[in-house]
Amino acid sequence: MSLLQVKDVSKFFGGLAAVSGVSFEVQENEILGIIGPNGAGKTTLFNVINGFYKPSKGDIILNGKSIAGRKPHEICKAGMARTFQIVRPLRRLSVFDNVLASAFLRAKNKADAENIAVEVLKFTDLYEDRETLSKGLPLGKRKRLEIARALATRPKLLLLDESFAGLNPAELDKSIEIIRNIKKSGITVMIIEHHMKVIMSISDRIVVLTYGQKIAEGTPDEIRHNQQVIEAYLGEA
Amino acid sequence: MVQLEVFLQTLVSGLLLGGLYALIGLGMTLIMGVMKIINLAHGELMMVAMYIAYWLFTLLGVDPYVAVFIASPALFILGVLIQKYLITPVIKVESILPENQVILTVGIGMVLASLATVFFKSDYRSTPVDYASVTWYLSDFWQNSPIELSISLLWAVSFVFSILITLALWFFLSRTDIGKQIRATSQDSDAAILMGINVNRVRAFSFGLGSAIVAAAGCLFIPLYYLYPALGGQFTLIAFVITILGGLGSNIGAIIGGLILGVFESMTSTYIGMGWAPVGRFAIFIAALVFLPGGIASLLKSRRLGK
Amino acid sequence: MKKFYPLITLAVLLVLPLLGFSTYVMHIFILLLMWATIGMSWNLLSGYCGQVSFGHAAFFGIGAYTAGILYSKAGASPWLGLPLSVFVVGVFAFIIGLIVLRLRGPFFALATLASGEVFRVSAENMDWLTNGTLGIMLQKRLWVSKEPYYYIILAIAVATFLLMKYLISSKLGYFFVAIREDQDAADSLGINTTLYKTIALVVSGMITGVAGAFYMNYMGYIDPHIVFALHDVSIITIMIVMVGGVATQWGPFVGAVIMVMLQEAVRSIGSLGALHQAIFGLLLIFIIIFLPNGIVGDFGKIKRFFGLGRVRA
Repeated sequence: MSLLQVKDVSKFFGGLAAVSGVSFEVQENEILGIIGPNGAGKTTLFNVINGFYKPSKGDIILNGKSIAGRKPHEICKAGMARTFQIVRPLRRLSVFDNVLASAFLRAKNKADAENIAVEVLKFTDLYEDRETLSKGLPLGKRKRLEIARALATRPKLLLLDESFAGLNPAELDKSIEIIRNIKKSGITVMIIEHHMKVIMSISDRIVVLTYGQKIAEGTPDEIRHNQQVIEAYLGEA
Repeated sequence: MVQLEVFLQTLVSGLLLGGLYALIGLGMTLIMGVMKIINLAHGELMMVAMYIAYWLFTLLGVDPYVAVFIASPALFILGVLIQKYLITPVIKVESILPENQVILTVGIGMVLASLATVFFKSDYRSTPVDYASVTWYLSDFWQNSPIELSISLLWAVSFVFSILITLALWFFLSRTDIGKQIRATSQDSDAAILMGINVNRVRAFSFGLGSAIVAAAGCLFIPLYYLYPALGGQFTLIAFVITILGGLGSNIGAIIGGLILGVFESMTSTYIGMGWAPVGRFAIFIAALVFLPGGIASLLKSRRLGK
Repeated sequence: MKKFYPLITLAVLLVLPLLGFSTYVMHIFILLLMWATIGMSWNLLSGYCGQVSFGHAAFFGIGAYTAGILYSKAGASPWLGLPLSVFVVGVFAFIIGLIVLRLRGPFFALATLASGEVFRVSAENMDWLTNGTLGIMLQKRLWVSKEPYYYIILAIAVATFLLMKYLISSKLGYFFVAIREDQDAADSLGINTTLYKTIALVVSGMITGVAGAFYMNYMGYIDPHIVFALHDVSIITIMIVMVGGVATQWGPFVGAVIMVMLQEAVRSIGSLGALHQAIFGLLLIFIIIFLPNGIVGDFGKIKRFFGLGRVRA
């Protein structure tokens, strides 16, 4: 069974369609990449899936239950977590406290939350930095901290919004490794990315959006040779 | 018939009051649009202008309506100085609460109100111009009129003045370079920077202009009201209610919002009781915040673009 | 050593009345503890949870009037107002929250300011309940000496301090800070922001309400202009925490000491009278520009300025 079903979802702002009639499914334990030129509606799509926006049309089903129009915190409790394109850590708290704040969601008590936080920090290789104030972290680690905070809510499905943008090669490798490990640990990942090489190498399947519409879906290989996709990207330049 | 007469008279007074309110709101919405901050010293700036008008009248016999041309430039300079030396530094300071900027303007308001008390005492002052008692009655013009309405000359003049100033502002914003830059910055300050607009200069200018407008409003108010140092606070709130009601940064919204508020207050005073007018004001404020978050401007917009 | 600071402070505060201070000095201590309590409650909602309230006078006033009306209309002891105000203010805070918590940032601030003013004007106009602008006066205060009042407000302040300490290190505290730093991010990490903001508002309101009820009992007279005052209650509350240190445990105490002393100093120098708002305003401007995190929050900065820090070699 698929973990997430996006069924004919549209989102209008005023008269403008930011996302129109998009349908796809995310299978359990896969990494699904979403690509598209700037302004293709990728982040809007995330915002609809995660509950910031109500879909104007269509339905979203997580684990067999409709979540369309539910609030983000309810959707998070139902098992979906996300990161943001612009990193938003709790600037004045330490890395550890940042993760702790979201670990409380599933924890029975503080000790339990602390255990979750330690485990997630080790998993994302931030344990050494746990005492650092998050505003002092370099960008690569801040992006990882975002992932750590999302993981601490114990999601079944993780939405990553441009977790690789602006990273140097070493940081990039680290993040790719972590995302592969996330998949290994049984979590399904949906990822928006501009970095073509990364997305092609990491994704099991890819969905392509332009002007708010889905124009292709398939394995990285299929996408690479899809005529419409090539045109969309060349057209942009 | 009497009821209708009371209603119409209330409506007329409300509209006249609303015209002045609109001017106060315009000054606030201009600053908010460009700076994205709420100026809680707005009413105090108006109070300062009113003292300028008062002293010009008392010492030199300058008519309050002429004082507009002195008080407005003076407040323009004060506004620019406040923006440059107090608000700009705070925008750069990193703090836990972003509301620091709002709290800063509270501090500025406190200083202004307090200095006014020190220099001018808490006395109630007014400018008794000699044409203050002139009132026009509908029956003077139409003898068989079934109902009687009256308009005082002062209110009428202030109202006309506020319309003229509004038109001048509109002309300034839509026709001049700096006016266009203000509108551009107000819509998208990042884009304005990219277009080569000196945003800091525009900000200082807008703060000055907003202060000058509320100064003009003060000069139009002083023949009608008593002046005392603590008067600023209530007008800050009025300005704020209008801005929320009208929609942030929307000039047309501020005008309509001012008129609505004027009529509403006038109605509450007549039909519920004088003391309740401020409650009516806040009721509108909260209703606007909750039910019409974008203000009147959002209604106008959705009409035009909506589907 | 640092661990014992609270205990040492408490011990000093406990023996203070035994040192034979004048009633005036005791009065200052009482005010100081009362304002520290109100400051701590504001700090919870605004400092930690990031919802800057300009309307704590609403809660202070409702608490004071709960005690006052209980006495003037029901003939009961105004002391019953202390426990009762927790309930009454809680209900009012909840209702206010339904409206104002939909708003963010400066809009929230102004909506709370408006709510404070609504209650003031209402109290002025509802003569049948509140005696209008005449206010409510106790025929006789329970005690003549200051000591009982001192110990009561000390108990309230200590209880508030402990409650804050507990809340801030618990799940609630973390959720509050998460909401302050980024509401949308908090929401998407599973935090029901409306619920937790409401909790912060109601708890904060209740504590300020108790302080208000205490004020009625202690001062023996209230009217709408005193207890629902924008400047003398809501803004002073903000200043106490801003001066002391936003989102710090000791900030409200430090701020209360400075503000109460300053207020009394200004009051005692007669010629300054009308200038006191200007002095407060200048202090506020100074703090915001130079010590945006308050004296406690920016203590390192202050030490460095005077060359006491280790940073300077």
